[in-house]
Amino acid sequence: MMDLRPRSHPTYLAFIVHRVSGLLLALFLPLHFWALGSAISGEARLDGFLRWTENPLAKAAETALVVLLAAHLAGGVRVLALEFLGWRRRQKDVVAVSAGFALLAGLLFLLNVV
Amino acid sequence: MSASDRRDTPENPQRRARAQTHLWVAQRLTAMVLGLAVLVHLATILVAVRGGLSAAEILERTRGNGAWLAFYAVFALAAGLHGAIGLRNIAAETIGLRGRGADLAWLAIGLLTAAFGIRAALGLYA
Amino acid sequence: MAEPACLKVSVWRGGADGHFARYEVPARENQTVLDVVTHIQRELDPSLAYRFACRVGMCGSCAMTVNGRARWTCRTHVRKVVGAGGELELRPLANLPVIRDLAADLSPFFDKWQRAKGHFEPKDAPDGAVPEDFAVVPPGSKARQEADAGIECIGCGVCYASCDVVAWNGDYLGPAALNRAWTLVNDVRDGACAQRLDAVAGDAGCHSCHSTQSCTERCPKNLDPSAAIAGLKRRLFWDTLLGRR
Repeated sequence: MMDLRPRSHPTYLAFIVHRVSGLLLALFLPLHFWALGSAISGEARLDGFLRWTENPLAKAAETALVVLLAAHLAGGVRVLALEFLGWRRRQKDVVAVSAGFALLAGLLFLLNVV
Repeated sequence: MSASDRRDTPENPQRRARAQTHLWVAQRLTAMVLGLAVLVHLATILVAVRGGLSAAEILERTRGNGAWLAFYAVFALAAGLHGAIGLRNIAAETIGLRGRGADLAWLAIGLLTAAFGIRAALGLYA
Repeated sequence: MAEPACLKVSVWRGGADGHFARYEVPARENQTVLDVVTHIQRELDPSLAYRFACRVGMCGSCAMTVNGRARWTCRTHVRKVVGAGGELELRPLANLPVIRDLAADLSPFFDKWQRAKGHFEPKDAPDGAVPEDFAVVPPGSKARQEADAGIECIGCGVCYASCDVVAWNGDYLGPAALNRAWTLVNDVRDGACAQRLDAVAGDAGCHSCHSTQSCTERCPKNLDPSAAIAGLKRRLFWDTLLGRR
C-alpha cells in the first residue's frame, strides 16, 4: 500500500492527474478513431452515430473526456514550460491555473451541449 | 555475423540509452505539436456542439478542405505516437514491461493508431 | 497546543521483513527526533541500530523516514511532526536495502553517483597533472551560478528515498546523482561532459523523471534536483535534435 502522506504536494497531484488523464486518453484514442472511421462510411450512418451520442450517459462521458483532454493539455504545457523554459516559480499557482482551465473547458462544453 | 551470433552479444547499453532518448525527444516534440493542435481541437468542439451536431454540418466543414485534412493528419500522427510512448512509460513503471522488443511494439501501436486516425480524417475529407 | 507528556514511538526493528516496536519516550521541550532515537537506544533498548554523526545538520547521516516522510532527524523538531496523541513513526530511509532497524544501506545510492560520472575530470590535465593556467570563472558569471546551484549537496539520500521513479525503476540514477552530473556539466573546467551526458541519458537517467518534484520538496538543503534534471533533459534534447551527440 502506497503511503500517501509524503505525496500531497501540488506538483505530485499534478503528476497523478497527468498520468491518469494520459492513460485514459491514450486508451480512448484508438476507440475514437475507429468509431469515427466506421461512422463516416455515409452521411446517414454518421447521423445515426451522432444520434446515439445524444443519450445522457454519452454526454456525460464526452464531458469527462473534454475535461481530461483540457487537463492533460494544461498539465502538459506546464511540464514543457518546466523542462524547456525552466519556469520553477509559483508551481502551486501554475498547477491551480491548469486545474481551473480544465474545469472551465468542461463547463463551457456542458453549457453548449445542454 | 550471423543472426545467432548477434543474439549472443549483450545489447549495447549506450545504444539502448540513445534509443530511449530518441523516444523521449519524440514524446516532447509531439507534445509541442499537440499543445497547439489540442487547443484548436478543443475550441472546435466547443463551437461545433452549439445547437447539436449533425452529419451535414460536420461534412460541410471537412469535405474538400485540404488545410483541414493536413491539420488532422499531423494531429493524428502526433497523438498516436504521443499516446503510445506514454503507455510505454506507464507499462515500464507499473508492470515492468521493458526492452527493445516492447519499445518496437509500442512504436508499431502508435503508428497503427495514427493510421486509423488518418483513415478517419480521409473519410471526412473525401 | 498542549504537548503530550509522553511520546508513543513506533520504531522499525529488523531487516526488510521486520516489524514495528513501540516505545514510550518522555516528551521534552525543543526535542529533536534524533534525541528521541538516542533516548530509546541509551535508556530503553541498547540493541537499536541507527546512524548519526554531527547532530547539527552538516553530515547528512541521520536521515530516516519520519511519519512517512524522509527527513534529517537531527534537524526535525518533534513538535513539528508529532501526531495529536504523541505518535511518532520511524523507519529507515525508503528505496534502499535495510541493514537493520533504522540503518539503511546507502551503497546503491553511491554506486549510482559513480555511474552518473559524478566526479570532476580536469579538462587540461587528464593524467591528473596541474593545468598550465588557472581557469578563471568569475563568481557573478552565469556559468558559475549554474554550477553553484546544486553544489551544496552532501549526499544524505533524502531525495533518493523520496523519489517514486527510483521505486518504480531499479536502474534509475536518482535525483542526487543527476543533480551532481548537472553541476559538473555546468563546470567549464570539467572535461568529461560528453561521457557524462551519455551516462545520464535514457530510462536509467534523466528521461525517466516525471517532475513530481518530491526531491525538491524534501531536500533539507533547499536544493532543486528536479530543476537540475530538467536542465539535463534540455541539454540532451537540443544535442540530440541538432546531432551534437
